[in-house]
Amino acid sequence: MSTSVKRLIGRSLSLDRGGRRVLQDLSFEAVAGSALVVTGSNGAGKSTLLRLIAGLLRPVAGEISVEGGDPELTIPQQCHYFGHMDALKPQLSVEENLGFWRTFAGTPDDTVIEALDRVGLARLATLPAAYLSAGQRRRLAFARLLVTKRPIWLLDEPTSALDAASEARLLEIVGEHLTAGGLVVAATHLALPFERMDSLRLGASVVEAA
Amino acid sequence: MSALSSLFVREMKLATRVGGGALMGALFFLIVVTVVPFGVGPDLNLLARIGPAILWIGALLATLLSLDRLFQADRDDGGLDLILMGETPLELVVLVKCLAHWTATGLPLVIASPVLAIFMNMEPVAIGATTLTLAVGTPALTFVGAIGAALTVSLRRGGLLLAILVLPLTVPVMIFGVSAATAAVQEPVPFATPFSILAALGLFSMVLGPIAGAAALRFAGD
Repeated sequence: MSTSVKRLIGRSLSLDRGGRRVLQDLSFEAVAGSALVVTGSNGAGKSTLLRLIAGLLRPVAGEISVEGGDPELTIPQQCHYFGHMDALKPQLSVEENLGFWRTFAGTPDDTVIEALDRVGLARLATLPAAYLSAGQRRRLAFARLLVTKRPIWLLDEPTSALDAASEARLLEIVGEHLTAGGLVVAATHLALPFERMDSLRLGASVVEAA
Repeated sequence: MSALSSLFVREMKLATRVGGGALMGALFFLIVVTVVPFGVGPDLNLLARIGPAILWIGALLATLLSLDRLFQADRDDGGLDLILMGETPLELVVLVKCLAHWTATGLPLVIASPVLAIFMNMEPVAIGATTLTLAVGTPALTFVGAIGAALTVSLRRGGLLLAILVLPLTVPVMIFGVSAATAAVQEPVPFATPFSILAALGLFSMVLGPIAGAAALRFAGD
């Protein structure tokens, strides 16, 4: 990662959804190698914040900037967004689904088989995605983050529907990404086992160091 | 394989596999054209005269019928978010999706039309002319329809709304398509005049559709 992102900074962000203010004057800072864990009750705006960083929502006020990174690319283009929806086509096989995102997104990283192996789905490569269980779908969707290289990972409840073993493996992969100098913003209720972690509690709009 | 060619290949796979609906449009086209002779009655001259118009109406309705899922499937599974975030220009994504959609659903209409034209007792020249106008005109319908599909992407049951939204833009295509097809067998208008306007509409919509569709999709996220 020659052009690694050093910092992702949000300054006094405000955002409305359906005429209601969801985020009010929110500031945060995520540092490479450290996970920013976003917590808060349901409806506090965790997913909204991640979609905002991903460029899928526009703020009413405030701005998001990065330090480092590729100046040719926008912030969303340097982000992997792992949201609630899996972006899988049931008619396509596991490897076709993943292979499409690998060629479509550019900057290929792991091969399809390597990525499937890392999430434990290599055996099912030729199975249509329609036959996958909820947890397997989730792992296949996560494998998308491995086949293309992007410095910022936005994870929205990454471990939902996963069993304990898969959860541990996913957190291990996220840990490797952090060790490699990647940047992670995760909305989760879990206690994440990372050495360096900051937390951002929404609803109270204060940043506190963990 | 580049991003856009892999998108084209994926769209073709999705359209031709189970539940893809590639031939739904062609089947609907078949239904429309087959029932007309039963409704109109066995007046062969009348059928030959209205033949091009019936084929065009059938093709227009069949195209609109299949367009509502053009972007909705991607939005429902979250893929559209990833496409919006990516480096590939959204206009080109819309263009490629339209081309793939036309290849999967519009091209079968064009191929089926000479066969269905026999039901309408059309002359060989009229059959050739109608097929040619459909080959040039149906891509225009797809590109114009893509604007409606993008505008209604977040609506459940947006299909009918889509048809109404794009109707004013599809009517000129149909008018010049039908008049070119009838001009081929009837005096005094030469075939080339309405046909070149049809071709111009096709090229125009090929530019307008992707740009307007992409703009609509960008705002659909909010």
